[in-house]
Amino acid sequence: MRRFLLRRLAATPLTLLAVSVLVFTATELIPGDVARTILGREASDATVARLRIQLGLDRPVATRYADWLEGFVTGRWGDSTLLRVPVRDLVLTRLGDSLLLGALAFVLLVPVALTLGLVAGVNHDHPVDRILSVSGLTLGAIPEFVTGVILLVVFAVKLRWFPASAQAPEGAALATRLGHLLLPALSLVLLCTGYVARHVRASTVAAVESPYARATELRGFTRGQMVRRHVLRNSTIPATSALGVQLQFLLGGLVAVELLFNYPGIGALLLQSATEKDLPTLQASAMVLGVLYMLIVLAADVAYRLLDPRIRLGAVAS
Amino acid sequence: MTTTPDGSAAGLTVEGLTVAYRTARGEAAAVTGMSFHVAPGETYGLVGESGCGKTTLSRALGRHLPPNGAVTSGRVRLDGVDVLDLAPADLRKWRATSLAVVHQDAGSSLDPTMRVGPQLAEILRLRGLSRAGAREEVPRMLARVRLPDPASIARRYPHQLSGGQQQRVVIAAALTARPRLLVLDEPTTGLDATVEREILDLIWMLRAEIGAAVVLISHDLGLVGRLCDRVGVLYGGHLVEEGNARDVLAAPRHPYTSALLAAVPRLGESRHARRLAAISGHPPAAGENVAGCPFAPRCALADGLCARTLPRLEAAGTRHEVRCHHSDRLYHPSSAVDVQTPARLRDDPGLSPTAADPAPELLQIRGLTRKYGRTTVVDDVSLSIGHGQVLGLVGESGSGKTTLARAVAGLGPRGTGTISLDGHALPASLRRRDARTRRRVQMVFQSPDASLNPSHTVRTILARALHTLRGSVSPQELAARADLDGHLLDSRPDRLSGGQKQRVAIARAFAGEPDLVVCDEPVSALDVSVQAGVLQLLSDQQRATGTSYLFISHDLAVVGYLADRVAVMYRGQIVDEGPAGRVLQGPHHPYTASLVAASLARLGEPTEQDTGMVQPGRPTGPGCRFAPRCPRRIDGLCDSENPPVRTEGGDHTVRCHLGIGDLPRRAVPVTIGVAPGATEEKEDPSA
Repeated sequence: MRRFLLRRLAATPLTLLAVSVLVFTATELIPGDVARTILGREASDATVARLRIQLGLDRPVATRYADWLEGFVTGRWGDSTLLRVPVRDLVLTRLGDSLLLGALAFVLLVPVALTLGLVAGVNHDHPVDRILSVSGLTLGAIPEFVTGVILLVVFAVKLRWFPASAQAPEGAALATRLGHLLLPALSLVLLCTGYVARHVRASTVAAVESPYARATELRGFTRGQMVRRHVLRNSTIPATSALGVQLQFLLGGLVAVELLFNYPGIGALLLQSATEKDLPTLQASAMVLGVLYMLIVLAADVAYRLLDPRIRLGAVAS
Repeated sequence: MTTTPDGSAAGLTVEGLTVAYRTARGEAAAVTGMSFHVAPGETYGLVGESGCGKTTLSRALGRHLPPNGAVTSGRVRLDGVDVLDLAPADLRKWRATSLAVVHQDAGSSLDPTMRVGPQLAEILRLRGLSRAGAREEVPRMLARVRLPDPASIARRYPHQLSGGQQQRVVIAAALTARPRLLVLDEPTTGLDATVEREILDLIWMLRAEIGAAVVLISHDLGLVGRLCDRVGVLYGGHLVEEGNARDVLAAPRHPYTSALLAAVPRLGESRHARRLAAISGHPPAAGENVAGCPFAPRCALADGLCARTLPRLEAAGTRHEVRCHHSDRLYHPSSAVDVQTPARLRDDPGLSPTAADPAPELLQIRGLTRKYGRTTVVDDVSLSIGHGQVLGLVGESGSGKTTLARAVAGLGPRGTGTISLDGHALPASLRRRDARTRRRVQMVFQSPDASLNPSHTVRTILARALHTLRGSVSPQELAARADLDGHLLDSRPDRLSGGQKQRVAIARAFAGEPDLVVCDEPVSALDVSVQAGVLQLLSDQQRATGTSYLFISHDLAVVGYLADRVAVMYRGQIVDEGPAGRVLQGPHHPYTASLVAASLARLGEPTEQDTGMVQPGRPTGPGCRFAPRCPRRIDGLCDSENPPVRTEGGDHTVRCHLGIGDLPRRAVPVTIGVAPGATEEKEDPSA
């Protein structure tokens, strides 16, 4: 276990380096000239050229990459060319807001998906299972911006149960903020539930049909006791890796949902800086999301290893 | 016979039990009209090939059939209680108090995410013990199944125990209540011979202690013969023969029983002395409509009557019944064979030609060492195989035999030492071997499921092998040589039975006329009747082509049957190597002696090898590796100094501190009558 952690942690900087190359190259490839975008169409070519030199855009790509990477690592992320504020504060604030939304979605997702998967798995091949499985798949097939629109129209516009904007008024209490976030979180949950529930269902079926479950029933336990004592743990452990995958999916879904619900998270920021060619912001947001992705994958792997004694304790030990 | 208040017999009584499965093609009966009785304290063995209804029956006894299965008629009573009539709550109570079931593969019968102690405590809590009481009782339960250091075992997870220890834990779980019925479903299949022996000894000791009716289900006739008082032979869902174990095994009255007996090689019997009689064909599938005797299509004695009418179960001796129209034709008192007794162990080199005439060596292994991480799995092994010779490699799981075989085939981790073929060094890695060398060394794996590409037809599999190995025959010819029906050529592996798949794998290995075929446990996943056919095929192929084998098995009788020379491996080292007969007969290594004892001894007979548990872990210090388990250990010597390699009779080496004269040997070679298979072959079906 310790070895696994060390190995994974050692691999992390390498992966991040690869991510940084990708991010830098991708932002370089965005069409259009940065200086021209900043100054507008009216600016003279000479002004644009001066700004290019000022921004260091005339230097070779490799040098700029090295400078940028050094800056990112040491915390000098520069200023947003669009908003004229320091990128670091901007990105980290937006990230915090997004994490709040993501956390709410996650907290809703886990119990819902586990329950649905377990109920379907324990009743596998019965109508309950079919209904749950089909509806989970259907919901998973509808993109979050579609379910988001439907939720908005039904619950915010028609029923007026929830506010249409995800952004709570300045200085609102946490509860109010969460209330505002409920609809966007729900659209993310609907997207991911089906997938996680399917994984839980599959491992539940395997556990219910396993020899140890059969042995438990043959010892005189009720089916309910068997499920509580032996199926629960065995079906949820494998699902942790599915959850890890879905968390990343959830991050990706933030872009559309934040835009739709007008929420100033990092997804919205990413989109904005890409369309407006705000390179420092774009690069920093992308890097921060990359780091977050990696941490999630690592956390899911570690959780899986901690939960499963066969991996935690290794093979036959004396 | 004791009786219960309502007048029925105590113990287990099964009356006219019929179990059917709902399938797409209607109801399919898997068990038909079964009746038998097991008194308390009695052990009843149920034998048959896969697909004969054994598992269905065991599940019906606990009333735990799969959702599409149902008992369509008959009754199961235990001490007068009609099990099939119980309401769900009563059924749970009955299971908790009266029933105990031990399944094959103990590892999967335990929850992998829960420590052993809590799993046992949970059962005790169901029986009404308090939390504290259960905690106190757990070590006592583990001690009862002779597990050393019960407190430490209770703290472990199932995967931290060996297979034998897991099975002991499952048995402990089964005995928490005082069950009235103990069902053992293939309890030792998949365990090493010495571990199997320990588990069987344990069951033997406990069965007297608990006084329950015991039903032992197995495909292994020898095991049933050793453990059971009475035996029922199942075929196609019918009980075809029933009687006292001794009578049924010594003088079978049903051709099927007789054929099953003839299919098993006995320890010390060589392919040079007897052909194994495989039972051709396969048992009828559940629900397959058979008007007459279900065994008729495979029976040498069958005639028109057998095809038309199902025989009745009729008396054939004292408490001995048989379901056969022609059982009188089978019974030859002169052929009576006690399966317990070994064939005379070969010490006559004349029987194995290659042993008498040392052939020039084909394969030479010198100082081979292979490691997985820091664990040395194969430790400085030197072996050689002559042209046309079969070297059998025996050892328990974890002894390194598979790693050694894979090294010869060019697979597995790299290491030191040399392997040479006909005097030319063989590159350790398969990638570095040229096409010609690859053709010369082929491998047959244990599981053909994993080694045959499921998306290819048999024809494609063989044609590809013929192409890459430059074989000169057609796929048809290659299949025919492996006794594979031509109509199977266009099937994919999933349509084939286990035996047929292994035949495809063997045919493929022989596509390029190899010099050496490495066979890694090729028959250990097969039923005895199928195993006989595959062993016979390997033997015939060897005879026809003169190919050498490195043949691996944990089954001493199987290795002894096929091999000219036998090497015994223990924890990475060869401890005993020589001509098959001499290695099995002795003087041999104490470990070889314990393997021989485990596969021969009757239960209840104390043997010298009872020295406790297999120790996990691998000693790295000096001293003999077998010393901790060795009954002949010399304290102060064996545990501190590496044993010398002693030579006996020129070509038999033993790695032991004991002198040749002090090494153990089999006491008395036993002469036997005609093998039961011989009688069947002599029978004229038309007579």
